[in-house]
Amino acid sequence: MWLTFPADIFAMVSLAAVQQTSVPRTQAATSVPSVRLSGVAISFALKEGGTYRAVQGIDLSVGTNEFVAIVGPTGCGKSTLLNAAAGLLKPSAGMVDIFGAPIAGLNGRAGYLFQQDALMPWKTAVDNVAVALEPKGVARGQALERARDWLGRVGLAAFADRYPHMLSGGQRKRVALAQMLIRDPEILLMDEPFGPLDAQTRQIMGNLLLQLWAENRKAVMFVTHDLEEAIALADRVVVMSAGPAATVVGDYAVPLPRPRDIAEIRVDPAFHEIHRAIWATLRVEVQKAYAQGERTA
Amino acid sequence: MNRATLLALQIAVGLLVLVVWHVLSTVPVAGKKILDPFFFSTPLDVLARTWKDFASGEIWRHLGITLAETVLAFATGAGAGILLGFAFARRQVLAAIFDPYIKAANALPRVVLAPIFALWFGLGIWSKVALGFTLVFFIVFFNVYQGVREVSPTVLANARMLGMNERQLLRHVYWPAALTWMFSSLHTSVGFALVGAVVGEYLGSSGGLGYKIHEAESVFDVTGVFSGMLVLAVFVIVIDTLVSAIEGRLLVWRPGPQTATAQG
Repeated sequence: MWLTFPADIFAMVSLAAVQQTSVPRTQAATSVPSVRLSGVAISFALKEGGTYRAVQGIDLSVGTNEFVAIVGPTGCGKSTLLNAAAGLLKPSAGMVDIFGAPIAGLNGRAGYLFQQDALMPWKTAVDNVAVALEPKGVARGQALERARDWLGRVGLAAFADRYPHMLSGGQRKRVALAQMLIRDPEILLMDEPFGPLDAQTRQIMGNLLLQLWAENRKAVMFVTHDLEEAIALADRVVVMSAGPAATVVGDYAVPLPRPRDIAEIRVDPAFHEIHRAIWATLRVEVQKAYAQGERTA
Repeated sequence: MNRATLLALQIAVGLLVLVVWHVLSTVPVAGKKILDPFFFSTPLDVLARTWKDFASGEIWRHLGITLAETVLAFATGAGAGILLGFAFARRQVLAAIFDPYIKAANALPRVVLAPIFALWFGLGIWSKVALGFTLVFFIVFFNVYQGVREVSPTVLANARMLGMNERQLLRHVYWPAALTWMFSSLHTSVGFALVGAVVGEYLGSSGGLGYKIHEAESVFDVTGVFSGMLVLAVFVIVIDTLVSAIEGRLLVWRPGPQTATAQG
């Protein structure tokens, strides 16, 4: 089976040059998208020989202040796209441009929020956040101060000295969010970040994310399998087809007014209108993926 | 069961054994002691001997020697194990090349090396340190190797995305991961350092607890043997308690069964 691919991803992580991209900083040239994928295809080597083509022919660009959600059936390669934009994964074909320049190595202008726990378990919450400033050369005292400030902004001021295992899943996500945002990245890549959380915590985290993002709007690529979450958060929802060789099959604007409240917006009639339109496309792909699952099961 | 009851029962078991031992070795049954004191000694004799050794101060020299050997064996073995474990985990070529030799060396019963070490390093403490080293090294080496190899790929990818360079990754990710595994094997490796020291002393030396036991044995001084074993056992318990305290301090971040997870 093609289940080998997480291993392959991280094999490539170590290969993909460790150095950060040295993309020249084009000061907010609004016409240049933050992320542009053109004709991107990504394949994985299979253990038993041959390759598995996860995605292909992907054309997608994310504007400087734009919040783009990517939805699609399970296993359609949504996360793969994020990894390509992060530089964690090298596309087998096509181009990844970051602010107009081809990506080289890791994308140093992006922050990444992982689905799984990515905090260093041996560091306290505040240390986990502060360490994100070390590569930027911020002195430790100042980094700790700013980290405490950020933990306050995600509502964890009282938990700064706890280790990750002493925090709940939602609290750990808040720490990870602070860890990503403290570096002030220009692109935010999020891979089903709230997936493992319960429904209420997801809503709270969604609102927190929107609030922080509204203060300092960045380009966002937000992968989720939850269409409602995608619409509630995003300016644009991109629908991917069922894998293998998944591609973009729909691209919908979400013209709902901001600021939004994730819980309240779901009862807005306009929300339902958009949901119906996107679901019409997504449902076909979900059913396709489901049917494939039945066949191979 | 609360702590006090547990402690009382633990002491009761010890006392019971001592009393049975005492009775069997001192009270004649049908004109004959069941445990001949020549072969089994008596608890009071053993305690008296131990007291005498401590009072005369003679035992301290032996304890000092054994402690020095244990500490040196642990320090050198752990140091080398960490270094090579790290190197092998980060450079897979090395691991692949040396794999059969490491396995072969680890499979060798270390006791057979003791005479060779005695030849090479003399009868002083260094031959015992060498024996302890060969025991500690492999435990730490395998644990560190495993620890570095099994760093969570997500934690690693996250650290890279935070912009960490190789040196920072080493400091913030690989090193703590390796240390965790090393400390989880601390009890075993410290124990083996002591085994190396005592076995080495037993096989040939002029000082140390192992030497003292061996010396008593060679003149059929069973009381001396038991006294030496008693001191050795207490010594091990003290060291083990120390290790537990160090471990508790260094691995405070690790989830333990007693720590509750916050909700919400």
